[in-house]
Amino acid sequence: MQQKDVLPMKAEKEADKRLDVKPVITGAEALMRSLVAEGVETIFGYPGGAIMPIYDALYDFQDQVHHILVRHEQGATHAAQGYARSSGKVGVAFATSGPGATNLVTGLADAYMDSTPMVCITGQVAASLLGTDAFQETDVIGITMPITKWNIQVTKQEDIPDAIAKAFYIARSGRPGPVLVDITKNAQVGKCEFEYKKCEFIRSYQPIPELDQEAVTEAAALINSAKKPYIFCGHGVLLSGAENELIALAEKAQIPVASTLLGLSAVPVDHPLYGGLLGMHGNYAPNMLTCECDLVIAVGMRFDDRVTGDVNTFVKQAKVIHIEIDAAEINKIIRADVAIHADAKTALEALNQLITPARHDEWLKEFEAGHKKEYDKVQHRELYPEAGEIKMAEAVRLISEKTNGEAILVTDVGQHQMIASRYYRFKNPNTNITSGGMGTMGFSVPAAMGAKMGAPEKEVVAVVGDGCFQMTLQELGTIYQSQIGVKMVILNNNFLGMVRQWQQLFFDKRYSSTEMTNPDFVQIAKGFFIPGKKVTAREDLSSAIDEMLATKGAYLLEIVVEKEDNVFPMVPAGAPVSTIRLE
Amino acid sequence: MQKEYTVTVYTEDRIGITNRITIIFTRRGINITSLTTAETEIPGVYKFVITVMSTREQLDKVVGQIERLIEIHRAFVHEEDEVVYQELALYKISTKALHTAGDVEKLIRENNARILTITGDYFVIEKTGHQQELVDFIKKLEPYGLIEYTKSGRVAIVKWSRRFHEHLKELDKSVASY
Repeated sequence: MQQKDVLPMKAEKEADKRLDVKPVITGAEALMRSLVAEGVETIFGYPGGAIMPIYDALYDFQDQVHHILVRHEQGATHAAQGYARSSGKVGVAFATSGPGATNLVTGLADAYMDSTPMVCITGQVAASLLGTDAFQETDVIGITMPITKWNIQVTKQEDIPDAIAKAFYIARSGRPGPVLVDITKNAQVGKCEFEYKKCEFIRSYQPIPELDQEAVTEAAALINSAKKPYIFCGHGVLLSGAENELIALAEKAQIPVASTLLGLSAVPVDHPLYGGLLGMHGNYAPNMLTCECDLVIAVGMRFDDRVTGDVNTFVKQAKVIHIEIDAAEINKIIRADVAIHADAKTALEALNQLITPARHDEWLKEFEAGHKKEYDKVQHRELYPEAGEIKMAEAVRLISEKTNGEAILVTDVGQHQMIASRYYRFKNPNTNITSGGMGTMGFSVPAAMGAKMGAPEKEVVAVVGDGCFQMTLQELGTIYQSQIGVKMVILNNNFLGMVRQWQQLFFDKRYSSTEMTNPDFVQIAKGFFIPGKKVTAREDLSSAIDEMLATKGAYLLEIVVEKEDNVFPMVPAGAPVSTIRLE
Repeated sequence: MQKEYTVTVYTEDRIGITNRITIIFTRRGINITSLTTAETEIPGVYKFVITVMSTREQLDKVVGQIERLIEIHRAFVHEEDEVVYQELALYKISTKALHTAGDVEKLIRENNARILTITGDYFVIEKTGHQQELVDFIKKLEPYGLIEYTKSGRVAIVKWSRRFHEHLKELDKSVASY
């Protein structure tokens, strides 16, 4: 058994300062002190055998660190992601070894794909047992190697502060990403001298590339001579805080801006130069006009296949400027005529100085024409239906109106995600939280919890499908226990809607395993002492949303929506973007 | 078009670094045909020489993804004619051959091989060269009773490199992080 320190921690710290000696503490306490030194205030986690010494140390830090006990480790990762995305800080999750660690896998992969800064701490069996198939031993380092920005196993207590310092530095710098630190039990209980130094340099890692001024000059020349320039705004714009610089560029040369799914909210939807959402279920005009532009200025995005469709036909007629912090993304999918390997903000600041004011009135009119076409064919009937069942889009429109576009919108994966992303009218940066790259069903409820913890002053609304909700609904327990005031809106069509849509369009309506016989969601919420309501009729929808928003604390609103509604426009997977369908 | 390329990677000395590198090839279904790694002249910095059959386009992307790893200094793709390289093979032959076939000595000399050791039962020949020469030499030795053959991966030096040693020395001035 380990001996607990006799001195109360604070007094001990004071004593350390006076005597100018390094305190001798356990590895577990060294971890807690390191986390505090990194400014960690919130941790999402779940205890278990191999991480118990860390939870024991946590007990003494309750006044400094708020630990949220989740109901499943996957929930901890998504919550940490939501927290990171709403607060701009590094999200932190704790899990034990074995199944605790493997349950982190989905969230780590999600955070890796979506460049989310996160540090996961896992307990591990004692170093002497490594490799012996000990109880709850798993090679979490091996398992998570391809889905983390970095990971490390710490087997000696004296290495803990250094590993944590590196973990946070790596997670938040450059292109952010998840880091996993696996700490063996012996290192948690062993004692060491504690000293914390923040990491600011790793010799084999250059997170901030040097700006190539020549490339900036070349890019400016292309922009200044372009007839139909077009900005693609990606997640990197939000991550580098370059929203104003991007808008300044757009305004100076009157360039339309379209957003990727994760770039949403960087430019307010009502900005006159905002052209809409790119991608498979994006808007008609911004997709079609990728075939018309003569210059693409891609900022902090990676030409995901959901954006490009068939890469062999995507923006072939245009020159491409690619501003990207991750060198591996440059020329990965689309060859850049000018690549600016840099942080988006730095690059845009430099670029803006070389841009001459211009107008592209005719070009902008093409967007208006495309918007009108989409509005007439799709949006009007989606947003303002007068008869029939409730449409997902009208529910999202009402939520958007009633939150004034200022809520943090957390979406899950599928039809409701596309509809919410299409119709929510974002006003402020970092208010869109969704699982883009991985498309992780079950993301939104735990992510919304984390987002609310990261931005308690904001309204956080999770829009979730009936299928998604049932993947992580146990987190209602966390929401209740920790009194997290998230609003959850289930758009229930009693189907795995997006898969059903594909079955309808591409598989001869053979609805294989997509219809759901659902539970009573409001009763489930009630079981977790969360108030809720179910709406089936259009006339009750508006007041139900009002009631949800007026409720203090968590609320679950189930909206029964049209069963076989489809999301349009749609670019069939792998097809040229020009084949976009409006119906 | 698929052909043989040499990929060189400079890394920190860290447990699991080989795995980190190889999974990037695995993801794209690229088979590694040989892999050699050893410490460079700078303690704590390792060099990997990897040979693969692939396309330039694929490998440019692979190398980008390798360089993205935290503990990687640099990674490069080299065409066949951009590197000077050697592989090393050992051949174990029955000592009887020395007595029965008198021209082994000639064979060894003509092929620029050398004898490393001789015992009562066997002797071991060492030969360096390129893959094909080393394999061809097996055929020549087979009539003499080849007992065992083994070959290393590739070691390669880049023709166009200028200041690699200086770069590595500069690296050595900054503290290794691990």
